[in-house]
Amino acid sequence: MSIIFMLTGVSLLLAIGFLGAFLWAIRNGQYEDDYTPSVRMLFEDSKKEKKSNENKNQKQ
Amino acid sequence: MSVEKFYYDNSIVKKFAIVTVMWGVIGMLVGLLAASQLVWPSLNLTSWLGFGRIRPLHTNAVIFAFVGNGIFAGVYYSLQRLLKTRMYSDVLSNINFWGWQLIILSAVVTLPLGITQGKEYAELEWWIDIMIAGIWVVFGWNMFATILKRRVRHLYVAIWFYIATFVTVAVLHIVNSLAIPVGFTNSYSLFAGVQDALVQWWYGHNAVAFFLTTPYLGLMYYFVPKAADRPVYSYRLSIIHFWALIFIYIWAGPHHLLYSALPDWAQSLGVVFSVMLIAPSWGGMLNGLLTLRGAWDRVRDNVVLKFMVVAITAYGMSTFEGPMLSLKFFNTISHFTDWTIAHVHVGGLGWNGMLTFGMMYYLIPKMWNTKIHSIKLANYHFWIATAGILLYVVPLYWAGFVQGFMWQDFNEAGSLEHKVFLDTVTKLRPFYMMRAFGGGLYIIGALVMVYNLIKTAKAGSFLANEEAEAPALVKNAKVHDDGYWHRTIERKPVRMLVLSLIVILIGGLVEIVPTLIIKSNIPTISSVKPYTPLELEGRDVYISEGCYNCHSQLVRPLRFETERYGEYSKAGEFVYDHPFQWGSKRTGPDLAREGEGNPKQHRDDYWHYEHLMNPQQSNPGSIMPPYAHLRDSEVDVEGTKAKMEAMVSLGVPYTAEDLANYKTSMDEQATKHADYIKQNLMNKGFELPDAKYQTLKKSKMIALIAYLQRLGSDIHKLEVPEEETEAQPNDNSLTLK
Repeated sequence: MSIIFMLTGVSLLLAIGFLGAFLWAIRNGQYEDDYTPSVRMLFEDSKKEKKSNENKNQKQ
Repeated sequence: MSVEKFYYDNSIVKKFAIVTVMWGVIGMLVGLLAASQLVWPSLNLTSWLGFGRIRPLHTNAVIFAFVGNGIFAGVYYSLQRLLKTRMYSDVLSNINFWGWQLIILSAVVTLPLGITQGKEYAELEWWIDIMIAGIWVVFGWNMFATILKRRVRHLYVAIWFYIATFVTVAVLHIVNSLAIPVGFTNSYSLFAGVQDALVQWWYGHNAVAFFLTTPYLGLMYYFVPKAADRPVYSYRLSIIHFWALIFIYIWAGPHHLLYSALPDWAQSLGVVFSVMLIAPSWGGMLNGLLTLRGAWDRVRDNVVLKFMVVAITAYGMSTFEGPMLSLKFFNTISHFTDWTIAHVHVGGLGWNGMLTFGMMYYLIPKMWNTKIHSIKLANYHFWIATAGILLYVVPLYWAGFVQGFMWQDFNEAGSLEHKVFLDTVTKLRPFYMMRAFGGGLYIIGALVMVYNLIKTAKAGSFLANEEAEAPALVKNAKVHDDGYWHRTIERKPVRMLVLSLIVILIGGLVEIVPTLIIKSNIPTISSVKPYTPLELEGRDVYISEGCYNCHSQLVRPLRFETERYGEYSKAGEFVYDHPFQWGSKRTGPDLAREGEGNPKQHRDDYWHYEHLMNPQQSNPGSIMPPYAHLRDSEVDVEGTKAKMEAMVSLGVPYTAEDLANYKTSMDEQATKHADYIKQNLMNKGFELPDAKYQTLKKSKMIALIAYLQRLGSDIHKLEVPEEETEAQPNDNSLTLK
């Protein structure tokens, strides 16, 4: 049943990859704000929203 | 800070949306044909329309063509808007589109022709597998490059779901498709028997997870808030359940192999992870539904939301049912019965289908800058589809229980109540009729949508390049250049992540796979021998006709199964099975012990001949397709040697002598079977002229019968040699090392 080692290995590699991505996300500050993104995605790209977009970026 | 002007690419979304609907209808119609064949077997009109070839066509079409194109349509639409940028490259987008359609067309041609690898949902032949890998990489490349040139620093949760989808599907597909090609129409899985089964269901389970679930969760997180015009219930929950889901899902595959020859500990591990999956799955489901809290009035008025609410509810139901089915108690009944089919259609018709429909009703009016042509028709579609789902799954659940319990029934004398398998099949006919009716309704609903969407598009004007504006992304101030070359890679974590993963995987696979796999295919039961050349050809016929779609080859160690079929299946019996053929559904009886020497039951060559020629004549009420065409189709003897050589390279111990004399061996064995059939035909008063006898002898029919007579027969030859009985007094006639 050496296939189990291989599948476990491949699955672990995937998991490690995802762990790396997770750590990157944390360190990159992706999850520092866990509310605004859910609202921001609702804005449509019409020109009316231009101002609000600018404001948000100025804060950063 | 300057505001940049750019354009979203709507053309690519339009293309994918059109083919999603088109392939969806086609795939469902093929499904309706398959469902009808189970009621009226005379619908198995030709060899290429037989159920065993139509069913893989249906599954591949709805998974990879309908859902696959749906994923691309949704991702290409939402990714651009979430990242405030156009797709990285229009050329890559178009290669993705046309390449994927070419793959689908290849499937449409090869599957009905019986060109298949014989592994469920991974039937496509090796060269199509390579195309899939290539096009998938193009998709990933395009996606990651778009992520890198984004104008929004934060990656919205939907994008994480897309990333997980890309990475995992790539790995699963490559590992499960590893095979040795023999020409363009044949190939043998690198793995054998129980190992192949484990790889297959590691793939099969995660294909459900990462092709039918994670991308659609991503789409849910984009389209539900958009359609409801309110933020998702809890963004924090979405992040938590995403990471939990992807870390747990990958370990749950073995629940597809409960009571099989897979080691018990591996089975139990799969069960534990499957049960844990309820939490992250329901996290997503609740998050989707609760997004509408306090706004359920919008669901009443908004047809897009109606579809999505049913989709999310179906997701919740099937992700609750999944863990339940992975418990051995339920699995005993559900496995091999229509319960499984009902379960996957709650997911397929409910979750994937309804979410796709909702997405289409949202996308098409948006991109054509108009309103849905008829809300009323869309509402009709919604109700027809919902009713269709119910009429589809309820009869099948019922059928699953009925058949599952009939198989288990013992009478007071202690023998099987329903000894004749066919009795448990004819009982299901009314349920199959209702199922076909329910499926038919669902398709009518989809056709109503097609009409409605075409009308909608005609009323509006398509906006190929949608103008948008957003400020450029400010570079992270923390990054500073100190002159080291690898800083460029390090600064791009996504790219680095992907690159390193690919590097590790390729290295690992190339080094480990061949050595490990081939070594561990050493036989563990001394009497289990490789298939003879004729049986090998017969096995290819079995695979090509898709017999595994209805016949399992796995007797579970349960009394009602060993009573019906004989000795339960052992891992050591399958070491030469490239690929394994355990199957997942018993529309017909199990065939693991079909071969000669089974004390429980035996059918001779002539019975098989008559039965394959006309199943309904041998077994009135049978729903098996006829295989008379096999009698007139010749085995390509010249090609057999290449097949044997491929097997040798996979570790099957054919000797040089076997290879040199394979033609004689085939001829002798074929003569034996053909003579027996001829004798019986003559006894019944039929003539078999010599020309016809010669055709029969060389036919695929004889090869298939030879294979069937070999199935599971090797362990009967292991008749308790004296010394081994002493060594293992408790072992019932088997030497398992």
